[in-house]
Amino acid sequence: MSAGPGLESLVDQTISVITNDGRNIIGILKGFDQATNIILDESHERVYSTKEGVQQLVLGLYIIRGDNISVIGELDEELDANLDLSKLRAHPLKPVIH
Amino acid sequence: MLFFSYFKELVGKEVTVELKNDLAIKGILHSVDQYLNIKLENTRVVDQDKYPHMLSVRNCFIRGSVVRYVQLPPDGVDIDILHDATRREARGG
Repeated sequence: MSAGPGLESLVDQTISVITNDGRNIIGILKGFDQATNIILDESHERVYSTKEGVQQLVLGLYIIRGDNISVIGELDEELDANLDLSKLRAHPLKPVIH
Repeated sequence: MLFFSYFKELVGKEVTVELKNDLAIKGILHSVDQYLNIKLENTRVVDQDKYPHMLSVRNCFIRGSVVRYVQLPPDGVDIDILHDATRREARGG
């Protein structure tokens, strides 16, 4: 991730977004603005639970309002391919409390 | 503005950012902007067993509005200079 503090370097890359309500959404970053509003293409949600492995829900094209975003991570494709999601168990992330 | 300048000085150092959802992320400070959004490189979540949600993320952007604390390296802060600067800022210039 080079350049300045913006999200330019992540455009057209696969990113992992953690929202303020604790959801994890993966998709391709297509656009963003000053307020961190983002456009995600081909997105899906990863649902974590302690009872079963990670479930993936297809969402499609999404716009997420910046207010509702906690973290935007650059997804390392190689690391991600080595993850066995069906064996991962965890509590869902807690919501952000301001 | 003072803390924006201050964080810019810390670029390249290792920091731990604790978020308002209790997630703590450690990494090298890559950049910071006017909203105190933070970009970290070479990140790892502090309690990976409890929070495996970012296992395949090595670089990330953290929105300034969800940061609770930034833990700094001990040599990253000169308290005397920061004291003077905060007082100057409080006086309005």
